[in-house]
Amino acid sequence: MNLDDLYRRVIMDHYKNPRNRGSFEDDALKIELNNPTCGDRITLQLKVEDGVVQDARFSGEGCSISMSSASMMTEAVKGQTIAHALEMADSFSSLMKGEEADFGDYEDIEALSGVNKFPARIKCATLAWNALRKGIDTKEAQQ
Amino acid sequence: MISSIIREQFPILNQEINGHPLVYLDSAATSQKPRQVIDAVKSYYEWDNANVHRGVHTLGSRATDAYEGAREKLKNFINARSTKEIIFTRGTTTALNIVASSYGPSVLREGDEIVITQMEHHSNFIPWQQLAKKTGATLKFLPLQKDGTITLEDAEKTITAQTKIVAIAYVSNVMGVTHPVKELAAIAHRHGAVIVVDGAQSTPHMKVDMQELDCDFYALSGHKMLAPTGIGALYGKKALLEAMEPVEFGGEMIDDVGLYESTWKELPWKFEGGTPIIAGAVGLGAAIDFLQEVGMDHIHRHEMQLAAYAEQRLSEISDLTIYGPRNRQVGVVTFNLGDVHPHDVATVLDAEGVAVRAGHHCCQPLMRWLEVSSTARASFYLYNTEQDVDLLVQALIKAKEYFSYELG
Repeated sequence: MNLDDLYRRVIMDHYKNPRNRGSFEDDALKIELNNPTCGDRITLQLKVEDGVVQDARFSGEGCSISMSSASMMTEAVKGQTIAHALEMADSFSSLMKGEEADFGDYEDIEALSGVNKFPARIKCATLAWNALRKGIDTKEAQQ
Repeated sequence: MISSIIREQFPILNQEINGHPLVYLDSAATSQKPRQVIDAVKSYYEWDNANVHRGVHTLGSRATDAYEGAREKLKNFINARSTKEIIFTRGTTTALNIVASSYGPSVLREGDEIVITQMEHHSNFIPWQQLAKKTGATLKFLPLQKDGTITLEDAEKTITAQTKIVAIAYVSNVMGVTHPVKELAAIAHRHGAVIVVDGAQSTPHMKVDMQELDCDFYALSGHKMLAPTGIGALYGKKALLEAMEPVEFGGEMIDDVGLYESTWKELPWKFEGGTPIIAGAVGLGAAIDFLQEVGMDHIHRHEMQLAAYAEQRLSEISDLTIYGPRNRQVGVVTFNLGDVHPHDVATVLDAEGVAVRAGHHCCQPLMRWLEVSSTARASFYLYNTEQDVDLLVQALIKAKEYFSYELG
């Protein structure tokens, strides 16, 4: 078991210097999701216009894996179409199964591939992506 | 001190995890099982297995004797007056839910009070929260001191003539606090209330005596006291249990069934609908034998020594915060390491073979009170040694170095 597979420098950088942390003041789409088994919480806010994720912010509390994953996710989906954001969510699921996954220009996410070797931690990494899916479902149900 | 002879009785402890000898410090979640318990369950299935309370055949009698024999052992172990007061359940959660769903609505009217603490495990919290919502009763909380203890002065003020139920853990699964249950029972009784005690964390680790505590209901789990999962018990005073309606209807619990009316078996079987967890009860009986051979006082002393040693060694690590009172009476130590998240701590410890719990420990209201999202917890049992504490400390120092390097 090599801890460095799990805690890569890029992950710890996102944990200590999270991107897009905070909230929008206006009434952006808001999703709250918990990991009831371990107590991690995320609040994700999305600004979706014309089928594109224009902006994303998150707040919450959790371990380095869940919070760094949220930071990376918000970076990755900003400016992407809903369809592409969902494709990325699928790619992330593949990554957690130990399969090859492509995130285009946003390579930071691949640093989380090591989580696959730590089964107890996969649910930490997927929390933010599950919030994204829930948000897109909510948005589509509204339309 | 506990000798290596006891430790050798637990086959699971003799293995390596991630290249290191296993250091199991999560007994508050579930205990490991000695050979004697594993063999009793195996032998039951290999020789005695049959359904209970019905067979005319030999195996049926043997299974019934084994099942009822375990009840007798548990009755003696917790010093109940009669086996009628011992109801086998799936565990503490089921036992507490029986009281909340059967006894609760029969005594609570709008405006009555249920008194609990913010420190309860979810299993001794949500049943009362939901019961209060359903009956219009008020849920009240005994104030907690900074170290998680309660005072009897506060209890005198909080428990009133409107209070019908007081529910509290004997020992907290997070804070390592032992509550003055006997004194609380006296206060509750003076106001005409009953006291329900969550004994999940006390029964495995210290001598408990129903007649001395004078509690009205007491719930326990087998799997935390060397027995298999899926078996536990509700103790209740006979007069209270007799007046209560069953929660589950079906086979095993009936006396006479008509088309429109039925009657129930006498205690304790009235509350044991369906084929019970016979092998689990057999395992629980074997676990009680094991615990009594070692001696509950001996076990309690051993764990207090380990907890004191752990407190001393852990306080040598700078940035480490220990929650709960000093000089704890039980072998549970909850802590955080600087601002490293407990999941990350637990993952690094696991890489060193050390198993601890990380998370909210089924105590979200308590976590909010502590103003933390989660904590790490090391819990000890009779098979743990000072060497286990040393290995924990060594692994924590590694975790600290690892994350300061990563963050550097």
